[in-house]
Amino acid sequence: MKDIINVISDPPILFTLLVIILFTSFKYSEIFWSGKAMIVVGVSSVLFFIVSLFDENFLLIVTKPDNVPIVGLIFLIFFFTWLAMWQAVNNDKRIAAGKPVMEAEIEPNRVIVWPDLVYIELIALTLTLVLLIGWSVLLEAPLEQPANPANSPNPSKAPWYFLGLQELLVYFDPWIAGVLLPGLCVVGLMAIPFIDKNPKGNGYYSFAERKMAISIFIFGWLLLWILLIVIGTFLRGPNWNFFGPYEYWDVHKLEPLVNINLSEIVYIKWFGVGLPNNWFLREIFGIGILLAYFMITPLILTKKYFSDLFLKLGIGRYAIFIALLLLMVSVPIKMYLRWLFNLKYILAIPEIFFNI
Amino acid sequence: MADENLEKGSTTEAPEAAPKKKKKSVWKQLAESQVAKSYFRTGIPKTRRSRLLVVLNSLWLHLHPARTRRHAVRLRYTWCMGGLSFFLFMVLTVTGILLMFYYRPTVEYAYMDIVDLREQVPLGIMRELHRWAAHLMVITVWLHMFRVFMTGSYKPPREFNWGVGVILLVLTLLLSFTGYLLPWDQLAIWAVTVGTNMARATPFLGHEGPGASLLQIGGISLVHAGNDVRFALLGGRFVGEATLLRFYVLHCVALPFVVIILMALHFFRIRKDGNISGPV
Ligand code: HEM
Repeated sequence: MKDIINVISDPPILFTLLVIILFTSFKYSEIFWSGKAMIVVGVSSVLFFIVSLFDENFLLIVTKPDNVPIVGLIFLIFFFTWLAMWQAVNNDKRIAAGKPVMEAEIEPNRVIVWPDLVYIELIALTLTLVLLIGWSVLLEAPLEQPANPANSPNPSKAPWYFLGLQELLVYFDPWIAGVLLPGLCVVGLMAIPFIDKNPKGNGYYSFAERKMAISIFIFGWLLLWILLIVIGTFLRGPNWNFFGPYEYWDVHKLEPLVNINLSEIVYIKWFGVGLPNNWFLREIFGIGILLAYFMITPLILTKKYFSDLFLKLGIGRYAIFIALLLLMVSVPIKMYLRWLFNLKYILAIPEIFFNI
Repeated sequence: MADENLEKGSTTEAPEAAPKKKKKSVWKQLAESQVAKSYFRTGIPKTRRSRLLVVLNSLWLHLHPARTRRHAVRLRYTWCMGGLSFFLFMVLTVTGILLMFYYRPTVEYAYMDIVDLREQVPLGIMRELHRWAAHLMVITVWLHMFRVFMTGSYKPPREFNWGVGVILLVLTLLLSFTGYLLPWDQLAIWAVTVGTNMARATPFLGHEGPGASLLQIGGISLVHAGNDVRFALLGGRFVGEATLLRFYVLHCVALPFVVIILMALHFFRIRKDGNISGPV
């Protein structure tokens, strides 16, 4: 059993599984996001967690003081995703039946903030404070050996909320993982209101009316943001090697370094000749693939799937939408290329640190 | 205050009126004393009118509207996550100020001061409160963003406030990150080293970033380890004394300053955009 879980938490398998589950849940939203499903999945994951605590390696990693919040985060995110989708699906049913949404129906329509809201806030604050004090009494903040610039721990990890970016370093060079992608993430988030011109679903939960927007957002947020953090925190040990949740973090675990560049695959493996000296010639295929990805895919996508959207958004907004979407999707694409073909760089010009 | 008199209406009698037969309870006397009236201007809010006034007349409470939509006060709509983020920010401010009494941001003292905080200071959970509240705030801000997305509340007229929110999210992360260095233990400097190493690779601005090597005049490169963005961030080539001071100032003064201004803007916009979103 433990071995099976160790195996399926290997990032390629875990990621694939979760993508499948997520999109199936969007397809059959009424079943997946119902109250019953929540109870079943919630209870079983809590049980799973408790049983796992008996494993010493698992216990060690989840009770590391700075990891405790992430354990909480997993459960909280699971719960709130359900809460949002559950209300959304309920509202969809109401809309389909021609009834007003939940938020519109409750009477009386306006309440006075004192005492209704102020009390709720007061209770929420008090509970949070109690939780915080309890947590602080029970769990001491970590303090390790004094800083020593000469002795770097293995693994050296960034603070947990940046571990998603550190995990991306496995697949991308630092200028993409650490600068380009987080930058795009911020720009992309800020661009959302200007790209999503769908006037529906403003001020109430709903899924059916905003399927595309919600699917893209949840995919990016849960799988490319939170999941990568979880992987980076719990499943990456010394030398950033993968370790299953029940596996001992062995510093000497060796993983073969067999990653190769596209140019090497093409010239050496397929053509059986050496790499050309001229970098442009060497990288011509990588350049071609990238150009095709960013120039031709949009055309195909627009023609086949997004023609309505294109008309609705107009060329400027649509171009930004497609660019952001392709960049976001390029993250899992590169991850799969690595997992399946050990591909290191599609385009590698180390002369100017330009590797993709 | 004019409202006040209206509010009390006929019950306010001239002071020289004959002593009443029925004695007022102590509580009532206190509640109607001049002190109470000036500090809690509206008195005990029992009537609809005074309940509206209590919100309007208080700086804190008037972050809220006096009346709001029914669904907006339900926990299941907002999850109270924005409010909790704000509350955690206040907890962090208070505990942070207390920590500043003990902590000196130098390589010589920083670590020892943290050890002292743990071992010498009575009721020493300030550091725990501060650290766990910071972690929690990152989580509540994420969940708040998720809620705002799921209710479509970024749609007109709230596009701008969504943008303000995104900046607040970035600043929350930066606050956490700069604070991470201050204990000056192994965890701290290596986490910050790993984090800031990425800055080396900023296109054109980091000395190992794409294109940086193209920026040169007569064979002398303009961007090198001694002047790139990472150097500016760290105040040196390595995480050291200057970095500690820089992060301390950012963490305790510069970033909170910006955050407070943006939060004020955020709350102002919520009110101006018609309070919490709802179905039309
Ligand atoms: C330091 C972080 C933040 C604080 C303290 C904060 C605080 C608040 C509060 C108290 C509200 C009132 C409603 C509620 O509690 O949900 C609110 C609403 C809102 N927030 Fe934030 N927020 C923060 C970050 C963000 C972020 C990261 C975003 C989005 C990316 C955002 C976007 C919004 C929007 C659009 C509203 C209006 C929601 C509506 O009308 O339904 N905020 N915020």
